[in-house]
Amino acid sequence: MDLKELAKTSGEWLRGSGPQSDIVISSRIRLARNLADFPFIARATESDRDEIGRLLRERIETLHGAGQFTGQLIYVDVRALEEVDRRFLVERQLISREHAESEGARGVAIDPREQVSVMINEEDHLRIQVMKSGLDLNSAWEQINELDDLIEARVTYAYSDRFGYLTACPTNVGTGVRVSVMLHLPALVITRQIDKVFRSLQKINLAVRGLYGEGSQAMGDFYQISNQITLGLSEEELTKKVADVVPVLIDYERHARDFLIRESQETLHDRVSRAYGILRTAQTISSEETMHLLSSVRMGVNLGLINDLEIPTVNKLFIHTQPAHLQKLTGMELDTSDRNIERAAYLRRNLNNDRPRPEHN
Amino acid sequence: MKCQKCDKPATFHITDLVDGKPNELHLCEECAHKFLAPAVDEAGESLPTMAGLLAQHLAVGETAEELARLDEVTCPVCGISFLEFRKQGRLGCPHDYVCFANELEPLLLNIHGETRHVGKVPKRCSNNAEQQTQLIVLRRQMKDAVAAEDYERASQLRDEIRAIERARETTKS
Repeated sequence: MDLKELAKTSGEWLRGSGPQSDIVISSRIRLARNLADFPFIARATESDRDEIGRLLRERIETLHGAGQFTGQLIYVDVRALEEVDRRFLVERQLISREHAESEGARGVAIDPREQVSVMINEEDHLRIQVMKSGLDLNSAWEQINELDDLIEARVTYAYSDRFGYLTACPTNVGTGVRVSVMLHLPALVITRQIDKVFRSLQKINLAVRGLYGEGSQAMGDFYQISNQITLGLSEEELTKKVADVVPVLIDYERHARDFLIRESQETLHDRVSRAYGILRTAQTISSEETMHLLSSVRMGVNLGLINDLEIPTVNKLFIHTQPAHLQKLTGMELDTSDRNIERAAYLRRNLNNDRPRPEHN
Repeated sequence: MKCQKCDKPATFHITDLVDGKPNELHLCEECAHKFLAPAVDEAGESLPTMAGLLAQHLAVGETAEELARLDEVTCPVCGISFLEFRKQGRLGCPHDYVCFANELEPLLLNIHGETRHVGKVPKRCSNNAEQQTQLIVLRRQMKDAVAAEDYERASQLRDEIRAIERARETTKS
């Protein structure tokens, strides 16, 4: 898989074309699975890991053309990648940070449209993931369910009638499913209601996580909502739990945006315009500042305060200004201050047209 | 008896095992909740940490001796001890869900509020769980044989493993 080519595109789920995609960026479902006849990763030897990796790679490559949804899954040896390429895959949400930073034989199988990724030898032998643009959990579940069936026909999963699909960590046992949606909630942050939202979600066993940040900091005002429990409820019930809460959150965010327009239109417009102005003219800019400003700009585009920019472009900029992406796009190794200069140059190039650039597929 | 952290009366008596040595804590309700409170892990998730949960689990009336004995139980298939599991929060192999089943139940109840799986079932019955764990055991024995430089035994085991794998290939539909 040519990561340099991949870097130039922005993946299906970023197109910003799915349902409710002004606020819902993406929907994601992940399944944790282990093979029945190998130890879990924590007790697996080097040769176990090699064997597991070889076996899974072999079986997954026979999936070409099988089933309705699976296209082609291309295997990438994560251990053999350079650090910048591993970080690149993390920024694309195709592998987890843990997968990039751990040691030992491990890989990932990715579909070129970036809707599917199957991590091999992460915390469990298999972490299957399907991502869709906007709010689309039901179709994500259909897709991943089928993929799970196809893989299961080719290997033997560790499973018990009592505890369900067996995982390395008891927090994932049972269905092994993690259902999540990524939301853009800038107005709730500005109106300081975001903490209240977190607390009410925690009460119904949903986890909230800031994306792209250290700890609970949410850079760019992106938040991921997901189920906490995996045992005792079916996959459909767990998906419904998350799906049911999303319209409520969307409603809160829309109300908060309306409030800002009613009560402080000038302040809001000023905020958005200044953000847009800085992004278009800065000579050096950090990743944090970029995320912060792009968040205001994105909201501005949604609210019609910015007219010469489109959401897919904004979504693309969020990803392409991340550190590893910049390095891959320029083809150079860059330290922080060089990256900040390069980032500013990239933003100026992409934001200073009279019309949005046509996307190259 | 007074709480060890403040002046209120102690109503929670928690036996914690630190490096195999029992550590008795006597706390009031408030301080106990703080001690056992779910921590926010690095990813900012509000999932209770394994350590927090296991500490809660331990608070359920076990004495220090009972705990020490429990920690020494090991899985016959992968060799992990219950203590190792408690420390790292990760299990060693599928068979752990059998040999640690009783200990895992209260933990699962804590995490999920449930202890039995509801939902999807694999299409092919993964019967013969015994044969599967047998493979894990054989691989481990092979590794030990190699470490002990007993290459004859190692290659015997390897042949056994291959035979079983091949047999399973042909029985797969």
